[in-house]
Amino acid sequence: MKLVYYPGCTLKNHASNFDVSTVSSMAKLDVEVEELDRWNCCGTVHALDSGNVMNRVAPITNMVRVKEAQASEFMTGCAMCYNTLKRANIDVKARADALDTINDFLSLEKIKYEGDVEVLHLLEYLRDRIGFDNLAKKVTRPLKGLRVACYYGCLLVRPKEVAFDDSENPMIMENLVRALGATPVDFSHKTECCGAYHTVDKPEVIADRTDRIMGSAWEEKADLVVVSCPLCAFNLDFRQDDAKRFNSGFQNMPVLYFTQLMALAFGCDESALRFDLQHIDPLPVLKARGLS
Amino acid sequence: MNTSTLRINQSHAGKSFVASIEKISGQNLLACYQCGKCSAGCPMAAHMDVLPNQIIRMAQLGMQKQLHAAGSIWMCVSCLTCNARCPKGIKIAEVIESVRITMLRNNRREDNLGIMKLPPDARSELPPIATISALRKLAS
Repeated sequence: MKLVYYPGCTLKNHASNFDVSTVSSMAKLDVEVEELDRWNCCGTVHALDSGNVMNRVAPITNMVRVKEAQASEFMTGCAMCYNTLKRANIDVKARADALDTINDFLSLEKIKYEGDVEVLHLLEYLRDRIGFDNLAKKVTRPLKGLRVACYYGCLLVRPKEVAFDDSENPMIMENLVRALGATPVDFSHKTECCGAYHTVDKPEVIADRTDRIMGSAWEEKADLVVVSCPLCAFNLDFRQDDAKRFNSGFQNMPVLYFTQLMALAFGCDESALRFDLQHIDPLPVLKARGLS
Repeated sequence: MNTSTLRINQSHAGKSFVASIEKISGQNLLACYQCGKCSAGCPMAAHMDVLPNQIIRMAQLGMQKQLHAAGSIWMCVSCLTCNARCPKGIKIAEVIESVRITMLRNNRREDNLGIMKLPPDARSELPPIATISALRKLAS
């Protein structure tokens, strides 16, 4: 099985652990992911004013590239890319005038975009195309006893048009984690915003958000938190030092991508996990659970 | 928040501001009945000087000057929790974005981000996803 894959910028930089663990774990599921040729940045955020057609050009150019690859759908694991690509796609499908303007702008492209490409998130691909029961059969190292808090943040569940699970209480990652043999932990802040790009200029706000989100997972005795967004990962993992300065009682906890957990359960080696890129080392908790 | 007095009449100077906010955001501001659910669930409320429901009220009244001076309009990160929960279906995040836009797209281009003021090591530590989104939201 082949699947067109859109990694996004951060997966080729700071979050290459997300990239390699995605490709390796999909190979274990007999899915050959083919990186989209000449993909470009999605734009990271969806412009909320419908008059802003210019910001839709970047995501829609990727749809043209998917058509060039003779595919009608593609997958991304990054929650931010998913949200931006999907919303731009929904928007231009509903507004012929905006699509015409974008096609005019892309007049040098050989292919016109006609709203005929679908954007998939890796989680929904795993649930709907592979199935968590089938996925469980590929587990060679069950993550027995590992308590995992699944953090969704904003972009997988809001707005409703892009959500592939319940907006207030999504369970798709918990179901995945259970299929890997781990124990999902319910916690109060799983769809609460991490503060996103304020990490650039207002790290004190991120310290507060990280303290609350990680603190609520800690209260439920989670071993670690899993995410699907490299910006959430950066804030919740790398800003833990700030959170500790903000609240001296803050307890460090590792933050992993859900794909790293998959790669671990599928028996992939360290080159597919790249735990060295984590700020808070997950090895002590994994060792304590007999998983490393 | 500081107390302010606003005299409302038909020739209120803020009328054109109300019209542009409604046009850019695509929202009917008068649909809001001030239940406060947006502010109750807002993850950024603790860091805001004017709460989201107050922003809507001020937008209804055309209080352009006060809204442009509010730190809250830059604090909102468009997490869309308010939109998801509004019983009247108002997209509050879109309203706040349109207030930002009236500042970013005016002749003065009043950016709220000085990325080059950050020390070089702080900049290089940031993943591209953070810098690009911050620039898109906070700068013209």
